[in-house]
Amino acid sequence: MDQDITGEIPHLVLSEDGKYYLQGGHNEASDKYVFPLMGGDKEFFEPVPLKREGSVWSFTVQRFRPKTPPYAGPDDFIPYLVAYVDLPGQLKVEARLVDIEEEEVEIGLPVELTVIPDINGAPGSVMHAFRPLEKRAA
Amino acid sequence: MTDVGIIGVGIHPFGRTEGRSGIDMGIYAVREALSDCSLNWEDVQFAYGGSDASGNADTMVKQLGLSGVQFVNVKNGCATGGSALYAVASTIKAGEYDIGLAVGFDKHPRGAFNPLPEEWGLPDWYGAQGYMLTTQFFAMKIKRYMHDFNISDLSLGRISEKSFANAEHAEHAWRRSPVSLAEIMESPMVNDPLRKYMFCSPAEGGVALILASEKKAREISAPFIKLDAAIMRTRPQGSFEVFAPSIDNDIDGSATRLASQAAFDLAGIGPEDFDLAQLQDTDAGTEIIHMAENGLCADGEQEQWLAEGKTLLNGQLPINTDGGCIACGEPIGASGLRQVYENVVQLRGQAGARQVQNDPRVAYSHVYGAPGVSAVTILRK
Repeated sequence: MDQDITGEIPHLVLSEDGKYYLQGGHNEASDKYVFPLMGGDKEFFEPVPLKREGSVWSFTVQRFRPKTPPYAGPDDFIPYLVAYVDLPGQLKVEARLVDIEEEEVEIGLPVELTVIPDINGAPGSVMHAFRPLEKRAA
Repeated sequence: MTDVGIIGVGIHPFGRTEGRSGIDMGIYAVREALSDCSLNWEDVQFAYGGSDASGNADTMVKQLGLSGVQFVNVKNGCATGGSALYAVASTIKAGEYDIGLAVGFDKHPRGAFNPLPEEWGLPDWYGAQGYMLTTQFFAMKIKRYMHDFNISDLSLGRISEKSFANAEHAEHAWRRSPVSLAEIMESPMVNDPLRKYMFCSPAEGGVALILASEKKAREISAPFIKLDAAIMRTRPQGSFEVFAPSIDNDIDGSATRLASQAAFDLAGIGPEDFDLAQLQDTDAGTEIIHMAENGLCADGEQEQWLAEGKTLLNGQLPINTDGGCIACGEPIGASGLRQVYENVVQLRGQAGARQVQNDPRVAYSHVYGAPGVSAVTILRK
């Protein structure tokens, strides 16, 4: 059973095999994908699980704390890596990059979907991120 | 159709002015513009104006005079000024009125903008998790662009160096002290690869333009800078725009490319005819990208152009002659009209120490903003 873990339109879904996936939308006629799938998109796009593996298409480091609202992270700010991850044949999604040092990131780096504790601190709540593929064994 | 042009320009200095509201800066600019073409407020037959965050433009009639003038408010993000200008120009071209006002102003708090997801059709988590930052988007866009077209970090620095150098001679600019290339390249990283001195900041300011038909301008002996094109466009499918949780696999086109092409078609001239240009420079990277998106050069040519100084005041195609957003700051509602103001001043030959030296005949301006809007103009002496 798909489960909404964010309380909004589910963009991050826990599947039956115990793995998370990003839920996007797909329009068969145009072969276009969207992410996230918003209410207004549902007329044109069927919900579809996005690929869990891709590669870094571009990236930056967020070095200052975003303003609240809308940012829900703690006052104590730690810079974080953000990337557009290319999911081949689908689209590029914006996501945090984790389990890697800034200087190790490069365009083309293979990455996979993971989840990290939600920065809003809600117990048990998670948010999506990507991590390097080779770190899977670690 | 009637030819339309700009006969009067006014500006309230950009930056920070304690104790003066955004709308008061707009009023100041309108009075300057009226004085510039020796008209009275009662001569203005209609107006379009707006701000992003400083209230309704039409309320300024209380200070300017309750003449009963037709005054329409515009709210179109970064294209607010461009949209107001388009509306004024179109109305005059249609022959409905002879003299109109386009005005834009704004006053933003310090620090990065903090837009809210629901206002942009985005889910709450996008803002809550720290993705909803224009600086982050521009950093990732230029990062990829530099990778694809071999642009160096030094080129980013050269853009900022030029902006601050030009602004030293622009009375309306905010940051008017030159900053050395070394200092720029050593300033703190904000969103890699963009450093502190490579970004513009939200700011305050107001700009007003008085437009007239050519016939009316001649009648009242006002200086006439012809507006060949004023175009606004939104984004096409497949473009890579600010506030995008995802982007299409096949990136193709942009609001800027659509707007610039439409303007070239309308004016019957192209980038090779431009003597100077004002481009949206939210940061040093966007000026580089916008050089190509507006067709001024090919992708990747920027590296050589900047090394050779082609876009300096004395270069072949001076860009952002008053220091652009990097040195003037960005009051959203006023920013696009500031570019047009600067082009008028340059075409008139009244830019003083920052005057371009190529006897300019044709000037181009371009704004870009969320969520993928662009407005451009072509002015001709």
